[in-house]
Amino acid sequence: MAEIVLESVTKRFPDGALAVQDVDLAIDDGEFMILVGPSGCGKSTTLNMIAGLEDITDGTLRIGDRVVNDLAPKDRDIAMVFQSYALYPHMSVRENMGFALRLAKTDKDTINRKVEEAARVLDLTEHLDRKPANLSGGQRQRVAMGRAIVRDPKAFLMDEPLSNLDAKLRVQMRTQISRLQRRLGTTTVYVTHDQTEAMTLGDRVVVMRQGLIQQVGTPAELYDHPRNLFVAGFIGSPAMNFVPATLEDSVLRTALGDLPLDDRKRQMLQRQDAPRQVIVGLRPETFEDAALTRGRGGPSRPTFAATVDVLESLGSDVFIYFAMEGGPARTAELEELAADSGQQDTGGAEASQIVARLDAATRAREGAPVELQVDMSRAHVFHPETGLNLTHHES
Amino acid sequence: MAAVGRTHATRWAIINIVVVLYALFPVWWIAALSFKTPATLTDGNFIPREWTWENYRGIFDTSEFTRALINSIGIALISTAIAVVLGTMAAYAVARLRFPGKRALIGVSLLIAMFPPISLVSPLFNIERVIGIFDTWPGLIIPYMTFSLPLAIYTLSAFFREIPWDLEKAAKVDGATPAQAFRLVIAPLAAPGVFTTAILVFIFCWNDFLFAISLTSTEAARTVPAAIAFFTGSSQFQQPTGSIAAAAVVITIPIIIFVLLFQRRIVAGLTAGAVKG
Amino acid sequence: MSMQAEPAGAPAPPPDTGQTAEQRAALSAGARQERRLGWLLCAPAVVVMLAVTAYPVGYAIYLSLQRYDLRFPAQAEFVGLTNYGAVLTSPFWWQAFWVTLFVTAVSVAIELVLGMAIALVMHRTIFGRGTVRTSVLIPYGIVTVVAATSWQFAWTPDTGYLAELLPAGEAPLTEQWPALWLIILAEVWKTTPFMSLLLLAGLALVPEETLRAAMVDGATAWQRFTKVTLPLMKPAILVALLFRTLDAFRIFDNIYILTAGAHDTGSVSILGYDNLFTALNLGIGSAISVMIFICVALIAFAFIKLFGAAAPGAEVKR
Repeated sequence: MAEIVLESVTKRFPDGALAVQDVDLAIDDGEFMILVGPSGCGKSTTLNMIAGLEDITDGTLRIGDRVVNDLAPKDRDIAMVFQSYALYPHMSVRENMGFALRLAKTDKDTINRKVEEAARVLDLTEHLDRKPANLSGGQRQRVAMGRAIVRDPKAFLMDEPLSNLDAKLRVQMRTQISRLQRRLGTTTVYVTHDQTEAMTLGDRVVVMRQGLIQQVGTPAELYDHPRNLFVAGFIGSPAMNFVPATLEDSVLRTALGDLPLDDRKRQMLQRQDAPRQVIVGLRPETFEDAALTRGRGGPSRPTFAATVDVLESLGSDVFIYFAMEGGPARTAELEELAADSGQQDTGGAEASQIVARLDAATRAREGAPVELQVDMSRAHVFHPETGLNLTHHES
Repeated sequence: MAAVGRTHATRWAIINIVVVLYALFPVWWIAALSFKTPATLTDGNFIPREWTWENYRGIFDTSEFTRALINSIGIALISTAIAVVLGTMAAYAVARLRFPGKRALIGVSLLIAMFPPISLVSPLFNIERVIGIFDTWPGLIIPYMTFSLPLAIYTLSAFFREIPWDLEKAAKVDGATPAQAFRLVIAPLAAPGVFTTAILVFIFCWNDFLFAISLTSTEAARTVPAAIAFFTGSSQFQQPTGSIAAAAVVITIPIIIFVLLFQRRIVAGLTAGAVKG
Repeated sequence: MSMQAEPAGAPAPPPDTGQTAEQRAALSAGARQERRLGWLLCAPAVVVMLAVTAYPVGYAIYLSLQRYDLRFPAQAEFVGLTNYGAVLTSPFWWQAFWVTLFVTAVSVAIELVLGMAIALVMHRTIFGRGTVRTSVLIPYGIVTVVAATSWQFAWTPDTGYLAELLPAGEAPLTEQWPALWLIILAEVWKTTPFMSLLLLAGLALVPEETLRAAMVDGATAWQRFTKVTLPLMKPAILVALLFRTLDAFRIFDNIYILTAGAHDTGSVSILGYDNLFTALNLGIGSAISVMIFICVALIAFAFIKLFGAAAPGAEVKR
């Protein structure tokens, strides 16, 4: 077990492409760290550099107290779980799990003991003598996990280990991985493009974009205090709504109506010299059906009317979608997020659509008007060019 | 429904039989010839009226044929072994490693694959006479292995490419040295591909005729296909037809055995990578 | 960038940051090792291929510029392009050239149609798939000389069952046109299976669902084949055609056994062989060899340019 420290680590491919740029990251001993971002953001390259499967172009990488830049993967004492599982097809489950120990010249009895122990934990005991080809997807995934844990390595590296499972199994394995990691207390670096996995699994989450770290923090920090548009849009599902706004003294003029700013936010904006044109970020749960909150209104909770386009009831909550006049907010970050979520493919990017999450008691109906209230204390204001959150403060 | 199914099945049965007959009747014909007695040899019958082993006994009595058979087997086996070893090394590099000159290598081997052998026969004939390997085993092994190398590299690299890259990474992370990763993970998985390639290369060498008649002049290195062309019969007064047919059948037997045992692999090998559109 | 030579012993220009430059050199060690291993593994194959082809090809070109008759080795001398002139003005070369072109074009065309039919049978048949594939592999694997001999006996009067079908006194292998068709028949029989296996692999690439979609859209079987299957397997067809055309142009074994090139049935390879080993004229023979090579290169070039046939193996992605 060990901490993993990256100091201005950079990866440049032979063709000149910069995959990872100046990454500084300290992963504590025993921490579960998630690297998340859209495809091509450099998260997998970063993981491969930690594993030793890719050269580090520049910077230093330490595992424990050793600089391991030039060590071959076999000398780094790390275990890895691959997206494809990479089980050796010609070896039985037992041989797969014991392979690393066999290479390390561990004696047979110890190997057997450790493999059986791991198989018991992962519920693989009756499959030990089968070949990977005869296992189901979930079982293969567990073998891949087992291969990592038998070694008791300094760190686990996981490269989208759940993305080949179906949705239900993925949720089950997620909790199992979480439990396992807490029990073993092994430092874990986990790469995923799924923000739900990132939010539920990690002690801390690293959001990456175009080879750069956007923000590092606990899931709650990322959710409540995103540093920029990209993080705000990437974390959370359904995603944060972005509304173009004109800043006039203490009021944000938007297509939804005038949204007042409280003093603290106004001061922050002033201090940072905010431009006139900004983007307001509103998470779906900042809206509420005004009919349900009578009396709890106030200056920071303006109301406005909208016509419900589509209504999705989840039982516990209700999501309503409605159109907003005027175009949607457009920036490079938002376009990239839209591309990553496939929004562009469904044509969703064209309509400036707002999602609100309402209490299940709402009487809103599709096609009918509804009065909505916004909780402005939880709103974010972003700089349209730099994408920075102008109302961001470290918690 | 059942009736429809049955006519459907009958139609496919007929089509299949036509294809099988197409493939087999020239083989059957020469086999039939080889079992005919000299008297019935010219009857043109599709099934011998009298069966005899005489033709086989005859050719195995002459050193002309037995030498040629030994030459054929030895030369094909040695060429195959060398081509597969060199081909495996190069194919692994082509499929797995990043190095400058890879494209050039692929280009060169492709060029050789489509090279007309006749263009090489004249210079090789001259060179081999000068360095003294004309009409020897190495004199044939060297061109065979060269011409089968592109085939070997091409087929094998397709097989290597099918082995997931992640497996090698997993082996590295599991603590394997490059040599261990190759020996314990890659080699066992590549073995079927290597074996398939060996069969294809063997068939290629076994089949050659042009080099065999051009680069040999005596029994010392003449292979069966060349020997058949020079056959005079087991005795001077006999038409060599029966002997030729028997010799032809003998060298067809290994091919038929390969095809029967390894049909699936040969098909996989022939089409490996050819159509990764 | 100045082109000035640096004075000897001068320190190398300072890298942007001294330490990282050092590191960079050390870090690419892995890549350098990979490169060295790559070269090491390829070296034996490359050396062999170059030694046995590049050098002889060069030597063949050299020989083709010589007057070099093995019966009169002392008279060998440099004659420039004279041999090529002799070949190009010789009716034998043109005769052989047209014969080769005819045999190549006709047999490849028949093979394509027949091979596609066999491929469809192998792809669609509901039983006996293994048997069909196995029997189809036999023509591919059989020694060409053996097959050719079988055909030769079959068509020889007094021996052959096929000759018996003809009117008495006919000896098809002794007349140019019948003999050419028999050569084509032997060639087609032997190589169609190879073609059909390549096409079969192409057929496997056509997704079943696409065909179902076409069926739902109302396409007939023939429309599905011409409008969906064929366009989707175009790359496989082009590769198969390229392989077979190059191969057919080098035809030698079948002709040597069936007619030995008599009655104006010789291919360019037969002509080259005869000049080398019967006439023992290395100069002329080599010139013919070089010309055949140029023809093959032109065919390959035309295929790749005209049809955009991807050279197989050219796309090595990682």
